[in-house]
Amino acid sequence: MKIVVLVKHVPDAAADRKFDEADYTTDRVSVDSILSELDEYAVEEALKISDAGDAEVIAVTMGPEQAQDAIKRALQMGADSGVHVLDEALHGSDALATSQVLAAAIEKVGEVDLVFTGMASTDGGMSVVPAMLAERLQLAHVGFVGELTLDGGTVRARRDADVTETVEAALPAIVSVTDQINEPRYPSFKGIMAAKKKPVQTWSLADLGIDAGSVGLSAAWSVVASVTARPPRTQGEVVTDEGDGGAKLAAYLADQKFI
Amino acid sequence: MAEILVLVDHADGAVRKTTTELLTIARRLGEPSAVFIGSGYDAARDTLAQFGAAKVYVAENPELVDHLVAPQAEVLAQVAATAQPAAILLASNPDGKEIAARLAIKLESGLITDAVDVVAADAGITTTQSVFAGGYTVTARVTHGTPIVTVKPNAATPEPAQSTPVEEKVAVSISDTAKRARIVERAARGESGRPELTEAAIVVSGGRGTGGDFGPVEALADALGAAVGASRAAVDSGWYPHAHQVGQTGKTVSPQLYVAAGISGAIQHRAGMQTSKTVVVVNKDAEAPIFSMADFGVVGDLHTVLPQATEEITKRKA
Ligand SMILES: Cc1cc2nc3c(=O)[nH]c(=O)nc-3n(C[C@H](O)[C@H](O)[C@H](O)COP(=O)(O)OP(=O)(O)OC[C@H]3O[C@@H](n4cnc5c(N)ncnc54)[C@H](O)[C@@H]3O)c2cc1C
Ligand SMILES: Nc1ncnc2c1ncn2[C@@H]1O[C@H](COP(=O)(O)O)[C@@H](O)[C@H]1O
Repeated sequence: MKIVVLVKHVPDAAADRKFDEADYTTDRVSVDSILSELDEYAVEEALKISDAGDAEVIAVTMGPEQAQDAIKRALQMGADSGVHVLDEALHGSDALATSQVLAAAIEKVGEVDLVFTGMASTDGGMSVVPAMLAERLQLAHVGFVGELTLDGGTVRARRDADVTETVEAALPAIVSVTDQINEPRYPSFKGIMAAKKKPVQTWSLADLGIDAGSVGLSAAWSVVASVTARPPRTQGEVVTDEGDGGAKLAAYLADQKFI
Repeated sequence: MAEILVLVDHADGAVRKTTTELLTIARRLGEPSAVFIGSGYDAARDTLAQFGAAKVYVAENPELVDHLVAPQAEVLAQVAATAQPAAILLASNPDGKEIAARLAIKLESGLITDAVDVVAADAGITTTQSVFAGGYTVTARVTHGTPIVTVKPNAATPEPAQSTPVEEKVAVSISDTAKRARIVERAARGESGRPELTEAAIVVSGGRGTGGDFGPVEALADALGAAVGASRAAVDSGWYPHAHQVGQTGKTVSPQLYVAAGISGAIQHRAGMQTSKTVVVVNKDAEAPIFSMADFGVVGDLHTVLPQATEEITKRKA
């Protein structure tokens, strides 16, 4: 069984995330970046399947030079190999272009049974790339999965959307997972050492047969017109409870016409 | 005037509030056409007319209900091909986003998600988004194809505008590919008697500081007619159901008033409530980061502060 896990390298949410002043793209260079935390759950779910049986796990990322760190982390956790799609022309790609590139990469990997992704990237956070991949590859997609069982050629999943649904799909399928599904492992010392010897391929757009003109900022199907840093909320009145904190709270709410 | 398609978000014909918000926004952009997919249209008819749908496309078919979103995207693409709308609006929830994603590929159109406002500007339909946990406000436009926009709850105040919609039945044909993910079971929507979390005008949330007792949080919520939310720490501890989690991996709320009790204010939590109009905090640690965004805060124990507030509110209301 062959499993692809999509891992994205994103600016750390704990750092001060910002935009490139020149073209309004996410600043991926001067801000500390990490493997998107939500993709760790996808890696873990793939590893659980490979721990339980015979599965090859391939971590795939698309992103600038530093994105190889996301692959590295997945390999340290236990993935078998990595693919890094790297090309200057990709800068500023929208979700549509990203899904085009990742779909081509999945096809080039070939004979993939399962694709795991996170429920959203922690930077863009659109939650659309997995469904776009399904549309492009004509595969089943189950999103927002909080529990998964694999039974032969069928996945059975608990989907935590607005209501909870139980969904079945035959492989091959794309599954995007939430942080409810498992507890991602930390790389062990052995894992970290082993990762150094694992193969990582770098593919360009040419390797994928994609025209550079169809991706990147200039080919995006939407434009950012303006970016404004939101003034931090100014802190209002804070009182210390001296036996009347609740009453003061109620008075504030009444004052603001919430009662 | 060009049509603006609004995908109706409903459960068996019970139209959700977000749809009335979308219809209100659509009226500012052009002529609103509702697209009803699923079953139970009879129950939805009046609400769609009340909020000004000039036209309703009705696609009723059991196969639409038994499968995940792919068939809905097919129907919507089919309607869009004939209606040639100026924009397509969907609710920014899991189903809405996945349908929008598939639609963008089918229609070769740009997609903007999580809009908190949509306006008709000189340059075209323009959206506003709040990104990086509310740190930035971004305006954007679709430049290719039909603008597809998913809109967050509470992006507009629903304004009734009675109409007599033209109804158009849509013949449904679903491809086999779209039927690959089958729904075998669907849980009923939790009936707490309280407003729906994402739609509520007031949300009272509890965190680890509740110590597992959500009684005071629920009592205050009920006194205010509010929905109840929870931090992930509270959900992970099994104190409150995951469906109530507010934050990056839970629900995004944008109420008039958000009360955070016993919540420290981690960035992942703030990501889900940053656009709340007014924020009130109760926390025993004066250094808790959540205070920095409080319009009003009480440093104190929620187990005494909340019940006192609840009692006082009940008194004032009487
Ligand atoms: C990938 C990922 C996704 C995440 N998604 C979410 C998400 O969607 N939503 C979310 O909320 N979190 C999310 N988190 C977790 C987040 O980082 C925090 O761990 C979590 O929000 C903390 O919850 P808390 O504020 O209730 O708990 P704590 O941080 O432990 O804070 C508890 C607070 O309660 C106060 N307190 C204690 N006792 C009392 C008392 N008696 N009276 C008053 N105050 C008291 C304390 O002073 C403290 O400030 C996510 C984390 C990760 C890594
Ligand atoms: N550039 C990328 N490289 C690898 N995986 C990605 C990339 N962008 C998105 N993904 C995957 O798609 C999921 C959802 O992304 P998004 O639609 O951007 O919220 C992420 O959690 C990743 O698993």
